Amino acid sequence: MGKKDLEKQDIGKTILEELTGGEPKEKRQKRGIWKILQIPALAILTGLIIGAVLIMATSFDVYDAFKVSLWKGLGTAFAEVGEAYLALITGSLGNPVEIVQALLYGDALDFRNAINPILESLVQSTPYIFAGLACALGFRAGLFNIGVEGQLFIGAAAATFVGYSLTGLPPYIHMPLAFLAGALGGALWGMVPGLLKATTGGHEVINCIMMNYIAYRFTTFLLTGPMSRPGTGGMPVSPIIEKSAQIPQFFKTPIRFHLGFFIALAFAALVWWVLFKTTLGLNLRTVGTNPRAAKYAGMNIIATTIIGMAASGALAGMAGANEVLAVNRSMAIGLSAGYGFDSIALALLGNSHPVGVIFAALLFGVLKNGATKMMVVSTIPIDIVTILQAVILIFVAAPAIIRSVYRLKQPKVEAAAIMLSGWGGVK
Amino acid sequence: MAPILQLKGITKQFPGVLANDHIDLTLNQGEILALLGENGAGKTTLMNILYGLYQPDEGEILVNGEKITIHSPTDAINAGIGMVHQHFMLIPVFTVTENVMLGSEPVKAGDFLDRPKTAAKIMEISSQYKLEVDPNDYVKDLPVGVQQRVEIIKLLYREANILIFDEPTAVLTPQEADDLFVIMRSLVKQGKSIIFITHKLREVLDVADRIMVIRRGAVVGEADPKQANRNKLAEMMVGREVNLVVEKDIKKPGDVILSIKDLVVTDQFKQVMVDKVSFEVHAGQILGIAGVQGNGQTELVEAITGLRKSVSGEIKFKGQSILNEPPRKITELGSAHVPEDRQADGLVLPFPVAENLVLCTYYKEPFSRGVVLQYEKILENSEKLVQDFDIRTPSSLTTVGSLSGGNQQKVIIARELSRPIELLVASQPTRGLDVGSIEYIHKRIVQKRDEGCAVLLVSPELDEVIELSDRIAVMYRGKIIALLEAEEVAKETLGLLMAGIVPDKIEKPQGQRVVETTF
Amino acid sequence: MAATSTSIQRVRISDISPARKISTGVVEVLVALFIFAVFARTVSAGSITTFVMTPGGITTGQMGNWVIPSQLTLYLLAALSLVIGLFQLIRGFGKITNLMVGLVFLFFIFSFLTWQAADKSLNLAGMLSSAVQLAVPITMGSFSGILCERSGVVNIAIEGMMLMSAMVGALMGSLTHSAWLGLFFGVLSAVLLAALHAVLSIKYKIDQIISGTVINMFSAGMTAFLSQKFLQTRQELNNPAMFTRIEIPGLAEIPLIGPILFNTNFFVYLMFALLIILQVALFSTRWGLRVRSVGEHPKAADTLGINVIRTRYMSVLLGGMVAGMAGAFFTLGSVGRFEEGMTAGKGFIGLAAMIFGNYTPIGALGAGILFGFADSLGSKLSLLGSAIPSTLMSTAPYVITMIVLAGFVGKGHVPAADGVPYTKE
Repeated sequence: MGKKDLEKQDIGKTILEELTGGEPKEKRQKRGIWKILQIPALAILTGLIIGAVLIMATSFDVYDAFKVSLWKGLGTAFAEVGEAYLALITGSLGNPVEIVQALLYGDALDFRNAINPILESLVQSTPYIFAGLACALGFRAGLFNIGVEGQLFIGAAAATFVGYSLTGLPPYIHMPLAFLAGALGGALWGMVPGLLKATTGGHEVINCIMMNYIAYRFTTFLLTGPMSRPGTGGMPVSPIIEKSAQIPQFFKTPIRFHLGFFIALAFAALVWWVLFKTTLGLNLRTVGTNPRAAKYAGMNIIATTIIGMAASGALAGMAGANEVLAVNRSMAIGLSAGYGFDSIALALLGNSHPVGVIFAALLFGVLKNGATKMMVVSTIPIDIVTILQAVILIFVAAPAIIRSVYRLKQPKVEAAAIMLSGWGGVK
Repeated sequence: MAPILQLKGITKQFPGVLANDHIDLTLNQGEILALLGENGAGKTTLMNILYGLYQPDEGEILVNGEKITIHSPTDAINAGIGMVHQHFMLIPVFTVTENVMLGSEPVKAGDFLDRPKTAAKIMEISSQYKLEVDPNDYVKDLPVGVQQRVEIIKLLYREANILIFDEPTAVLTPQEADDLFVIMRSLVKQGKSIIFITHKLREVLDVADRIMVIRRGAVVGEADPKQANRNKLAEMMVGREVNLVVEKDIKKPGDVILSIKDLVVTDQFKQVMVDKVSFEVHAGQILGIAGVQGNGQTELVEAITGLRKSVSGEIKFKGQSILNEPPRKITELGSAHVPEDRQADGLVLPFPVAENLVLCTYYKEPFSRGVVLQYEKILENSEKLVQDFDIRTPSSLTTVGSLSGGNQQKVIIARELSRPIELLVASQPTRGLDVGSIEYIHKRIVQKRDEGCAVLLVSPELDEVIELSDRIAVMYRGKIIALLEAEEVAKETLGLLMAGIVPDKIEKPQGQRVVETTF
Repeated sequence: MAATSTSIQRVRISDISPARKISTGVVEVLVALFIFAVFARTVSAGSITTFVMTPGGITTGQMGNWVIPSQLTLYLLAALSLVIGLFQLIRGFGKITNLMVGLVFLFFIFSFLTWQAADKSLNLAGMLSSAVQLAVPITMGSFSGILCERSGVVNIAIEGMMLMSAMVGALMGSLTHSAWLGLFFGVLSAVLLAALHAVLSIKYKIDQIISGTVINMFSAGMTAFLSQKFLQTRQELNNPAMFTRIEIPGLAEIPLIGPILFNTNFFVYLMFALLIILQVALFSTRWGLRVRSVGEHPKAADTLGINVIRTRYMSVLLGGMVAGMAGAFFTLGSVGRFEEGMTAGKGFIGLAAMIFGNYTPIGALGAGILFGFADSLGSKLSLLGSAIPSTLMSTAPYVITMIVLAGFVGKGHVPAADGVPYTKE
């Protein structure tokens, strides 16, 4: 036990401190913010450097240039990385020159085009917020929900089904209904590993991954069978959902920025409130930190574990529903691009705290949106984002590496971020 | 001839604690040196330094007059130093042979284990020192006393000359302890030298040739067991006069609060651990359950508090059956539980003191309204209990994990005793604590009894049971083999009972009973 | 004194609880009824099921087809299951209860095959042969898990190691035109990932499940990245030399067994070799004793002078090596080219096989073959044109993994220090 999960309590503690208003706040906060941010910030920086090295090392142009001369080689290498990262930045945050030009001379379409990148990043962030919250909630409850991918698929399928099969409903009923169907689908899918863990002790990691494969195949079956769009010749794609089920987008094309982003923020607030302000939250956190003490305190571990996984699955299902209802308007099998792994990474990056998750999700959204652009201009596969995320995650999970690289002081008490139990069977 | 072992000026600093402060120690060939001190005095740290598990900040170690450095247990083993650890360093799923050979295995044909060779050697050692161990048994099947002998064989197999025994009697019955002393005597007779670490005065006086007392990391004096005075030694250990006899009036017990009939409980491997146990606890009465650890006490307590399912029988609390009821329901009926393992069961270490103090009541008014927690009230409650129970913590928001063991236990005691309760189940409430905390907790338990609460006290420390209880039950292999009035039984008889031997007649204590310090 | 020297003999309540006895019996009876009602009744009386007993494309060790009357066979199997179920309900099988459950399960599978193949022919030998092939990555993956977890390090990165090795194996196998060099570099890449896992979980003590997840992520990203960058743009980079089938003279002549086990892929022989080596090394050598001691009680091992950290590093690296061999099987032994995500969860199923096999190599092999059979069942039946859609049939290995995990986890002995980083005080 010992120092386990020291970071987990920090938040509860902070809240308590806020309430009592005891200790001198100013100083503590200033140092506190740098302390909280230094590791993620340096981890991201290091990740980008490693990404740059990877770009250089896998480019034939760079090798060809090195054959000419060392300087030419270095020049080409840096030019490639520069071009790629510039595309990443302008693709995700927008090009200031274009924005100014559009403001001064352009029409409305030019302006929309200019500000689209940053809004598109928010669109990309939205499923990350939901999925990251799913993992964060799981971590708090001591559950490693690596099944977000599957829950997302099922959630999306459920939302799609409600979205196209019901007709004639007013939007204020149909849209929430489809969204809730997505949450319910995800919750049911997430509940299974929770139930198995609570009753048989089967580790949720293996079960979640199995459920991912089953979900993928099951939705393939649905999209090619019962839910297939007529007239597509067996393509795995669903019918388009009713207008009344769509989550509204705020602007005209090409901007896809939609209400779902704010729904995600609202759910982040809700998750925060539940975790840190309610009895259910205390239940979840206690079971997640010390299940034996939870049992001693009379908490229902089985129910809490199932609720935890179901709630986590519901959030993952919302991520899927959001993508279908707000962005794609129908479901295809290529719906998720690895949200499952990404959400684990961003939950850890955000220290399993809803606020941290929002910021990490924004970062991931920016990276993904930018990488899509980068792929167009420089033929660098989008999977570089996954590599970057993995590298960042390593550094966030093992801050000692970052500290030794940047010669930072090791803290007196190392806060081990997250510790889960092995698979010794029933606890 | 130089002494076989000398420590000079050993100093070890841990964050916040000076665990060893310039300790000098001399061990002569063929003697038993007792190292006496209360929990947390720094005895174990010193021995871990000697065994290479810690590195000292200062000081030197001399074996046979030669200065050596010990960086790892391997160095210690090579220098002829061996240690019987307080928590056995045995692998339950391995056989005795495998446990003994591990680390210095005889091999043939490259890397294949030569088990028969080791087994033969074990038989030889076993008969030389009368240890009676079968090399083919699995360690998990052996009783604790025999496991300890396996530990001793491990040292002898490695031809250690200096043997360190770290609190070896903590897990033994008084009779098993006496057996151990016989073995220790025979070891020194055959030329070995022993350092014996303990906090129990009786044992020191029984077996040691020389006594060294340490307190707060420093040597405070030496004594000769033949002339030593019990009270004087206790005072040296603690640094003040100790009064461990709790003031306790004789009280007439009230109504039956807890009644248990023919209770059967199994462990997770379906082995019967509690075997048709029956007893009653009355209001205003402390029933102590004596017995060596692992005789079913843990399972009994877990069954009563709802943490473990019972197979059959009856548990009634205030006349209402609580058999296989969930823990929360039992708690709400007015029972409190001080768990055996406070860190694993009783506390959530990374949570602040305030949250730990409402761990069993957080869902009720005034700590929550509906589903919303009321942190103002939770903090108020915490401030009050920290005051009332003298919990030494920087604030209510400090994590419980950063408090000392004694204060952690006080958090549990405060949480459990501050509720209106009619039954207190206290399992090893003072394990590993310093004398101050022990005195305090004993006082609180007796106070609760005086207020009319029924108390079930479980402790492997016989002295603690004798000291506090009105009635004593002795548990052996899952059965209650005796149920006696505390006043009417001699300590020696209880010791025999704990080993499963029922004497023909129960001997009464003669004169003033000597209650041993239980720290 | 006698009390202290005898070992503790406690009463043990019978292993099979009354509730379990009844529920097992009920399930067995239900299976019997299912075979009767769903399978036997729907087959026409004159149907004949033909089982081909030689895998396709094999000439040595031929065996004649096995032709059986479908309905009669099904009635017989239903009756046998019913008898077992009723006996279980009335008397109970006691210690062999689980064995009987397995037998009924086998009957059920066989009935299912007989029913599906009524009036058709099904290549049973081919199915078994492909089961063995499909078992290779699962079993070797679980060997990798055993090596790591016996030393106390949880390794869920086997999947990632396998994927990386598959990609590198394909790439290097193509570049060097040598299957052996492909295997070598594939294994090397997996060992490097294992080294990362070891450093993160042993040195930096980060949670081993997180460390494993990171490696799986990294591996998924890296293989996809490199595959898109190189393998997909230049086909000659994704066309490795492969290990060919090796016929063992004499043994390959044995009917049924010969073609399946002795006229097969290099990796199948490798799997059996590893089985023997691991089984012996773990339980009969000094090395094995030390590895197991470190996984059970690292502090005890440390006090006896065993270097816990080094032992764990070694085990994890060896585990990486075995995972690398398992991964290379995909590109160099089976498919012949790399595809993104081609390991399809086999590493995780391997972990389930490890748990099911109670952390022993021999048990892992049994479990691996069971999962392999489930897999080949799915693919073979979709070829037969079964009524069940192939997308659903292909979930079988995953569903079975979950069922097995639910039934077996926590039943055997898990290394006591599994997943717990060792801190020297």
